[in-house]
Amino acid sequence: MTSIARPRGTSPMRALLSGSVLGLVPFTAYIILFLALPTVIALATGLVDGQGHFTLSNLTALGNPVVLSTFGNSLWLSALTAVIGALIGALFCYALLGAKPTGALRFVVDAASGVLAQFGGVMLAFAFVATIGIQGMVTVFLKNNLGIDIFANGVWLYDTPGLILPYIYFQVPLMIITFSPALESLKPQWAEANAMLGGGVLGYWRHIGLPVLLPSFLGCLLLLFANAFSSFATAAALTSQGQQIVPLQIRGALTSETVLGQENLAGALALGMIVVMVVVMTLYSLLMRRTARWVR
Amino acid sequence: MSRGVHPGPSRTTRIVIVSVIGILFLVPIASMIEFTLRKGLGGGYDFSRWAAVFTSGATGEYKAVFTGAGNSLLLAVVTVAVMLVLLVPTMVLVRIRFPGLQRVLEFVCLLPITIPAIVLVVGLAPVYSVVARMFGSGVWTLAFAYGVIVLPYTYRAIQANLAAVDVVTLSEAARSLGAGWFTILVRVVVPNIRRGLLAASFISVAVVLGEYTIAALLNRVNLQTALVVVSKADPFVAVIFALLALLFAFLLLVAIGRIGSAPKSSTSSRSSKRASSTTLSRPLAPASPLAPAASDQKAR
Repeated sequence: MTSIARPRGTSPMRALLSGSVLGLVPFTAYIILFLALPTVIALATGLVDGQGHFTLSNLTALGNPVVLSTFGNSLWLSALTAVIGALIGALFCYALLGAKPTGALRFVVDAASGVLAQFGGVMLAFAFVATIGIQGMVTVFLKNNLGIDIFANGVWLYDTPGLILPYIYFQVPLMIITFSPALESLKPQWAEANAMLGGGVLGYWRHIGLPVLLPSFLGCLLLLFANAFSSFATAAALTSQGQQIVPLQIRGALTSETVLGQENLAGALALGMIVVMVVVMTLYSLLMRRTARWVR
Repeated sequence: MSRGVHPGPSRTTRIVIVSVIGILFLVPIASMIEFTLRKGLGGGYDFSRWAAVFTSGATGEYKAVFTGAGNSLLLAVVTVAVMLVLLVPTMVLVRIRFPGLQRVLEFVCLLPITIPAIVLVVGLAPVYSVVARMFGSGVWTLAFAYGVIVLPYTYRAIQANLAAVDVVTLSEAARSLGAGWFTILVRVVVPNIRRGLLAASFISVAVVLGEYTIAALLNRVNLQTALVVVSKADPFVAVIFALLALLFAFLLLVAIGRIGSAPKSSTSSRSSKRASSTTLSRPLAPASPLAPAASDQKAR
């Protein structure tokens, strides 16, 4: 810092500040190139025709019965697995309440949850083919020992219902990761105050525990929904041809240009997905803001 | 102290819930293992398929998987490099110089949660046709896209650590001793947030090794796309590699857990403070009490 010959009015701080603005340039450029630009292109292709002129006609594809039913599939699959995943995950978090935070159990659960929630994808498809595939361990066991044929009405594993179990399998760990901090934020003092005032365990959960946890539970539920809605790898590995959910339909639109005879269908579908995601994530951040009041 | 008052589950309830859910979640893993041990149509079990994978070597019939795994490891390294070079200096800079931009940076870094990879890939295809012209079509260029999808994870890991360190005071102390921006970053801030950096790097590696969507739709070969291709021809081998990858990711996350939980031990705040002050004290302590006066003099 050679500040001796600095002109009047420019503190060394100011000079450093203006210089350090340059330091923000590389990251900003990177974000523009690889996050902002792709997003804008993805959304924009939904709004231009083959010649690059602005048009809303691609969006009519979103009203196509096939596309509508795909969105319907995606929405109910995400909602169902989010609710089941959230309930099972919350139950598991509750069970972990008394466990030592530095104990071996927590350690294994945290690591395993991370693997299954963030790493799974393709592997989960394999796991479920090995489990409830036509020659899967559970399928064969049920058939040979209990006489139950889970595929009596046809093989559903490679269709939308087949995605339910694998999705729950990664939703529960995500719930454990995101919800357990909220449960841990329940202060022992509240339980003490409750006990001091003569409240029982049921009263504690009814008047303190559940009301405090509700916003963060709903927030986690939305996050799970978003997670399932945007998930692609498991479904792609499980079903190589079908287009039962929106991400698979985008793949179809990208790999062959003429699905439903629509140009730029992928862009229109991407636009539809983003709308759903933005709504869900906005609600999520609103709920999280409410949660932050208690989680300190 | 409060264990008795806390309305958590009883020991029995806890054991029942954890073991029932735990066992249900182990069934698919067990099924995968059982699947790979099957001997063939005749029934019975042996280790022949595992042996075949380990004896065939990287140039054998499973070459595609090894190529994919190699590509994924390369991508993991480049992604971590992208994160360290682009994200970390920016986070530190924002923390020290532009606290007003903190919210913006957080919003941007968490944005990829809202934008599904499958949507991003629609727009990435044209971007990558340009990238391919500039850098060639090497698989490593995918790391630019991966750097974006790991942002929410890496940002959180680093931010948690950064918030616990008084970076502003440290950097002012360093600057008053004549350190430049690069020295502040590399020799003062980075050593103090090394835990966060390590955790962020590991989670990046885990996410990159598990990534399928972008690679598949941009027609690049990585571990996951190779597994899908192999699974069509030889599902047994695909499952063996999937198990190995799951195990690897599990160990990686156990390592993250160790990194994260170490300062959380009984003397949490004290030990972390001590850690930061020792890294600070070694090069700076003798002069630090004089630092403000010295810098004042210089400015005048």
